[in-house]
Amino acid sequence: MSLSSPPPILSVRPSRALVDEAFEVLVENLAPVSPFTLRSLHHSEDGDDWEAYGHYFSDHSGRVSVSEDLSFGGTYSGMEPMGLIWSMRPVPGSRTGLRLRKKDVTTPMLITVSLYNGHEDFRGNSPLVSMVTERWYMGPGIQRIEISDEELRGGLFVPPGPGPFPGILDLWGGGGGLLEYRSALLASRGYVCLALEYFKTGQMKSTDMSFEYFEVCGRFMTLNLSFFTFKFFLCGSVLGPNIISKPPGKTLSGEFNKIRVDENNHQIWRDVGLALLKEPSMKVDVAKINCPLMLVNGCDDQNWCSVETADDISKTMDAAGKGHLLTRLDYPDTGHLIEPPFSPHCVAGNFMVYSSNEKVIQRYGGKTKPHSDAQDDSWRKILSFLRRHLYCSHRARM
Amino acid sequence: MDEKHSCVTLSVQPSRGLVDEKFVILVQNSFPSSLLTIYAHHQCEDGNSWHAFAHYTSDAAGAVNVSEDCSMGGTYSGVEAMGLLWSLKPVPGSKPGLRMRKKNVQAPMVVTISVYSSHLTEGFGDQVPLAGVEVERWYMAPGVRRIPVTEDGLTATLFLPSGPGPFPGLLDLWGGGGQLVEYRAALLASHGIASMALDYLTCKYTMETGKIVEQDYFEMAYKFLQKHPKVLGSRIAMLGLSLGTSVILKMAVHSQIMKLRCAVCVSGSHVQPMDGFLKEMLDYFSKNCGNTRFTKDNEVVWRDLLLPIPIDLSLKVDVGKLQCPLMLIVGEDDQNWCAYESAMDMKGMMERAGNSHLLTLLSYPNAGHLMEPPYMPHARVSLFRDMQSRQKMMVLWGGQTLEHSRAQEDAWRKLLVFLRKNLYSGVKSGSSSLSNL
Repeated sequence: MSLSSPPPILSVRPSRALVDEAFEVLVENLAPVSPFTLRSLHHSEDGDDWEAYGHYFSDHSGRVSVSEDLSFGGTYSGMEPMGLIWSMRPVPGSRTGLRLRKKDVTTPMLITVSLYNGHEDFRGNSPLVSMVTERWYMGPGIQRIEISDEELRGGLFVPPGPGPFPGILDLWGGGGGLLEYRSALLASRGYVCLALEYFKTGQMKSTDMSFEYFEVCGRFMTLNLSFFTFKFFLCGSVLGPNIISKPPGKTLSGEFNKIRVDENNHQIWRDVGLALLKEPSMKVDVAKINCPLMLVNGCDDQNWCSVETADDISKTMDAAGKGHLLTRLDYPDTGHLIEPPFSPHCVAGNFMVYSSNEKVIQRYGGKTKPHSDAQDDSWRKILSFLRRHLYCSHRARM
Repeated sequence: MDEKHSCVTLSVQPSRGLVDEKFVILVQNSFPSSLLTIYAHHQCEDGNSWHAFAHYTSDAAGAVNVSEDCSMGGTYSGVEAMGLLWSLKPVPGSKPGLRMRKKNVQAPMVVTISVYSSHLTEGFGDQVPLAGVEVERWYMAPGVRRIPVTEDGLTATLFLPSGPGPFPGLLDLWGGGGQLVEYRAALLASHGIASMALDYLTCKYTMETGKIVEQDYFEMAYKFLQKHPKVLGSRIAMLGLSLGTSVILKMAVHSQIMKLRCAVCVSGSHVQPMDGFLKEMLDYFSKNCGNTRFTKDNEVVWRDLLLPIPIDLSLKVDVGKLQCPLMLIVGEDDQNWCAYESAMDMKGMMERAGNSHLLTLLSYPNAGHLMEPPYMPHARVSLFRDMQSRQKMMVLWGGQTLEHSRAQEDAWRKLLVFLRKNLYSGVKSGSSSLSNL
């Protein structure tokens, strides 16, 4: 580029956003009708590099708008305003089985969006222009409180303002540990949210995985938190839903001999669940549920037989006259890990088996584009479900 | 449990924005047609508290949208999307003469926005709001780098935009209050211009020697930018307010070193002795201090110091010799400098010289001297330390808050378009390749 030719202008708006918010990427001052590639790059807390890219052509005014123009290929194609985020994957040469999950939610995800000349050959060029954008799980003023005592362990997120707020208990799955990002995001949407750690509890008094632990948690939330209303919501994924439904005293002892492997030697666990579904003693009597229940399932879930489970729950609840409490969202070509919007799709990932400390790669399923659409749609529906039942449920509101 | 309390929601989008970006404030789930007060509170770095408030009535769905609904009173009225920022005032009981200016640009300005039941005008601290949120307003976009500059004897701070560069450059000059004021340069870097805020009155050289800097100090600053690896040496502009304008006009016409791509002069004048430079300028102002007036509240009015505009060409910069595009921004109620009269005189000189096609003149009725980036609270009067006498005095800047705030918003938008057009366009001007800005 000669000194006299004008530099391109790249803008990402908003430059600081919550992770479930869309942005607009616009480039101007380009040579007209020329090939360019827009690329996003993120360096994760684990030290891996993730990227996405789309191939574009500038128009006659020298402009590329990701919101309005077609990507002609890359990690995504078509008109995809947020393709630079949801289609991110580890850069070539990375370790296998990676999954992008933010651990420290008090800092933003930094994503660099850059523009290159060319299409397939873009990697050989230096970027013409680039911008850093911040993606946050925590909105301004959200308070994070570490809960770490003998009885309970987790991260509590409280919105700013006088309250009181409805509360949410957030449970993740069999991977264990403490994952706070969904709770932080829910707090940014107006809820007190407790991300609960119920595996790897260390010095905890209560037994791992016993129902008593969750009762303790429930009591904690209703008694100790002055900013808490009587409205209480359980949000669980993977093992979470099973916990919510589990009868007291029983633990999940899967029929682990039902695990299969696929052509990549990745473990498929969905048949374990299918076997469990056949055992009445392993199922919670969902006929006794008295509150609205929303089930979000991926039809290509290779880890848990979510759709079959939902069928089973639906049948039982219908028979008990409770069918009106149930909302089901079954997403085609969607896998197991239905995360907040724009989270990169993980079709198979590293997993540490709790009981044996064995490291395996589990297959989660799903095709990237439909899975990403499902994340976007389900999140909006989850938020409106929460709003309806936790904010002003006494008024008829859409 | 009071259901009304747990229902009302308040959102501000975006919750983290640049200081010149608009936001949308939405109240939802209140009772239909209820009286509400939306309240903004900000505590400055210096510890002073500022607030603003407006009275609304929710619609049939129980909602208020500040961008669309009418405020019936408070610190602003009418439909004002950003009124809660530009109408911020020191809380009752504050010291007089306060002015809001951000010192640490690496941290955001945090504003708490709350909604209260009924129409309140005071006692906000005694009532529990229905809901409240925090909003961050940033001068620096993500990836903008702040670099203190002390080489070549300069006292400056350079802000580089995000990305590999190189970028067009800009030298940013403030006025007679001195100090190293960074926020405007930080904001311009957030718009893709490598901007350097330059202290030229209280810089290290002056503090150590007691002498005022000469022309070569500014040329050193220009050369620093020109040879910087992240700056496009042929695309450098200057922006100045008040006394900064005087420096820019002199340099733009007379400096052999500076080849400016364009210049923006805010609230200033071309009147100055052609013999000499900054020191002679300051002496000339002192000589005319007999023209100082005082309001009935003993506020200092300095606008007459350079009036009447001289005809003598030895007392003003001959802008007819200007060779780069110039934007002049003036408030017609400027009580500190005769900026409007100066602008009219400059326009006449350029028309007679045949270079008026280079001039963009923005003149705003009822706007005052302190034309700042948008949504910053208007200061009609504030405490000012005079550089010569070292005395603090209450100075009248002028302007009526509503018109001044509108003028700031309009002027900033046009300033950005002007800079972009001149710094980012192809070598041949008149390029229509930029989309509507």
